[in-house]
Amino acid sequence: MPGIATVYRWELAKLRYQKRTYLGLGAAMIVPILFVVAVHFRHDRRGGDFAFSSYLTRSGLAVPLVILLFGAVWMFPLITALVAGDIIASEDHNGTLKTILTRSLDRGQVFAGKTLAAATYAVVAILLNGTVAVIAGSIQSGFNSLQSLSGTIVSAPKALELVYVSLLVYLIPIAAIVCIGLLLSAVTRNSAAAVVGTLMVSLLIQLLGILPGLGGLQPYLLSTQFNAWQGLLRTPIDWAPIVRAAWVCALYGVPALGAAFLVFLRRDVAGG
Amino acid sequence: MTAGPVGSAAGDTEDPPVAVRGLSKHYGAIKAVDDVELTVNTGDVYGYLGPNGAGKTTSLRMMLGLIRPTTGSVRLFGRDPMQSVHALQGVAGFVEAPTFYPYLSGRRNLELLAAFDGDGAAGRIERALDTVELSERAGDRVGGYSHGMRQRLGIAAALLRDPKLLLLDEPATGLDPGGMRDMRVLIRRLADEGITVLLSSHMLAEVEEVCNRVAIVRSGKIVYEGAIAELKRDAGTTYRLETTDDQRALAVCHAQAGISDVRTERDRIHFTGDQQAVAELSQALIEAGALIRALTPQTVTLEDLFFSFTEGDGRQQAAHEPDESTRPAVESAR
Ligand SMILES: Nc1ncnc2c1ncn2[C@@H]1O[C@H](COP(=O)(O)OP(=O)(O)O)[C@@H](O)[C@H]1O
Ligand SMILES: [Mg+2]
Repeated sequence: MPGIATVYRWELAKLRYQKRTYLGLGAAMIVPILFVVAVHFRHDRRGGDFAFSSYLTRSGLAVPLVILLFGAVWMFPLITALVAGDIIASEDHNGTLKTILTRSLDRGQVFAGKTLAAATYAVVAILLNGTVAVIAGSIQSGFNSLQSLSGTIVSAPKALELVYVSLLVYLIPIAAIVCIGLLLSAVTRNSAAAVVGTLMVSLLIQLLGILPGLGGLQPYLLSTQFNAWQGLLRTPIDWAPIVRAAWVCALYGVPALGAAFLVFLRRDVAGG
Repeated sequence: MTAGPVGSAAGDTEDPPVAVRGLSKHYGAIKAVDDVELTVNTGDVYGYLGPNGAGKTTSLRMMLGLIRPTTGSVRLFGRDPMQSVHALQGVAGFVEAPTFYPYLSGRRNLELLAAFDGDGAAGRIERALDTVELSERAGDRVGGYSHGMRQRLGIAAALLRDPKLLLLDEPATGLDPGGMRDMRVLIRRLADEGITVLLSSHMLAEVEEVCNRVAIVRSGKIVYEGAIAELKRDAGTTYRLETTDDQRALAVCHAQAGISDVRTERDRIHFTGDQQAVAELSQALIEAGALIRALTPQTVTLEDLFFSFTEGDGRQQAAHEPDESTRPAVESAR
C-alpha cells in the first residue's frame, strides 16, 4: 500500500537527481575544507593572532564548533531552505502537483513525505559538514583534547561526542527553519522566493534582538537558539539554553508547519 | 457532508461514472463554470466540446478533486473526489498538458506514479509504454520530450491505474495531424476495451470521430447535450449543390420543406438540411429537371454549431435573409 513512506522514498530519489541538492551538500563539505586550509596558511604566516586560532591549532575538534559558530545564522539556514523552500514550490514550477495529487495518496500523505524529506536533507547536510570538519581539522591540527568554555580540558573521544551532540542540538532551530521554509514554499509557490524568504526571516529575527529596547526579547528569538549548543561546552553542561531552544523552536516551527499543511491541503491546484 | 451516497458503499454498479450536478466555479466576477449538469454513463465516450475559455479545464479539475467547486457537486461512481482520493479509484486522466518531472526519465516518472498508485500499477508500466509507443524513448529524460510524447506519456500514466473511467483534457490539442490521428485511434481502442471516457475538445471533428455523446459548453454553460447522431440531425448539415440548371434548382430549394438557409456563394447554391430533407430534395430536383452534378456536405464548424444553438430556431426564420445581421452579435458575445 502506498503511504507516507512511499512519498518520502521518492522525494529522496528526486533529490538525488537535482542540482540544488548537490549545491547545498557540496557547500556543507567544502566550507570546512576551505576553513582548515585558511587556518593553515594564516597560522603559518602570522602565528595565532585571530579569534579562536589557539583553539583551532591545538585541536582539530574545534573546527566543527567554530564553523557552527560562524555558519549558525545564515549558512545552514540557507542550505536547509534550499530544499525546504523548494520541495513544494518546485511542484508548482513543474506543474506536477496535479500529476501526483490525482493518484492514490491524499494531500496529507504527500505533505508529510515532503516534510520528512526536507528534514532529512538538513540533517544530512549538517552531519556531513560536521564530519568533514572533524576529519579535515584532525588532519591539520590533530585529534587532540579540547578546552571547554569553562576552561576545563575535555579528552578527545569525549570532545568528539560533544561535537555530535552539539550538531544535534543545533538541529533543533534548523527544524524550525524547515517548517518556515515549507510554509513559504506552500504559500509563495515560488522556489526562489521561498528560499530567500526563509533566509530573510532568519536574519530579520536576529536583527530584532539588536533593536534598542527589544533586548529583552533576545532569549525568545529564533536566532538565539542557534547558539544553544554552546551550553554543552560548559562544565557542568548548561542545559537551560537547550531546553529553552526546544520549546521556543516549537513555538516557531509548529504553527508554521500547521499553516503550511492547511495551505497545502486546501489550496486549488489550478496552475500547470 | 453526510455519509451515505458519498461513501464507497454506494456501490459502483448503479452509480454512473460521472454525475455532475449544479456545478459552478467562480473566479471573482468570472463564472468559469456555471451550473453544469452532466452524466456520463458506463461505456460512453463523452465529448465536452467548447472553445478556449469555455470552462472545460476548470470542470475537469473539479472532477479530479484538484479545485473546490464554488457550488454544486461531482460524483465519480457515486464518490466525491473533494472528500478523498479514494474517489479516484478506477479513475485516471489529466488536465491541460500532462506534466512530469523533467529531470527524470519517462520510465522513472511512471515508476514514481505507479508507487503512488500501488495496487499492482508497477506491473503495468511496460505495457502502458508499449500501448502509447514510447518504449524506445522511455529511458530519456522527460525534459527532452516533444509535446506529443508528453501527451502520450500522460495517457500511459493514466493507464497505470487500470482505469474504468478516463478524464482527458484536450488530449489531441497541439499534436501534428499524424499525432492527432494516432491519439484518436488510441482513445477509440481504449473505449473498445471497455473504458468509459470523458474528453474535452475544441475540435468538433475530433468529438464527432471518437465520441457517442457530446455536451457543448460556452462561457461555462452547457448549451447543448445529446447523442452525436442527434446533434448532427439537430444542427443540420450545410450542403453545396451543383446542377445542370441552378436557376431552377434555387427555386426548388426555396420551396422544399426542411431545407433552409438557402443562398448563393460564388455561383454555387448552399443550403442546410437534415439527411431526410436532402433525400427528398434530390427527388424534387430531378422532377423539376435540374439534374444533380454534385451534392457535397460541408463540414459544420464549431462556430456554426454555436450559432445554431444560441440562436435557437431563429435560424429557420433567417432562411430567406442573409445571416450577416446576427452573426457579429454572436461573435462579440464570445
Ligand atoms: N485559476 C484561475 N483564476 C482565474 N481565472 C481562471 C482560472 N482558471 C480559469 N480561469 C478562467 O476561467 C475561464 C475558463 O477557463 P478554462 O477552464 O481553462 O477554459 P478551457 O479549458 O475551456 O479553455 C477562463 O475565462 C479563464 O480565464
Ligand atoms: Mg483548457
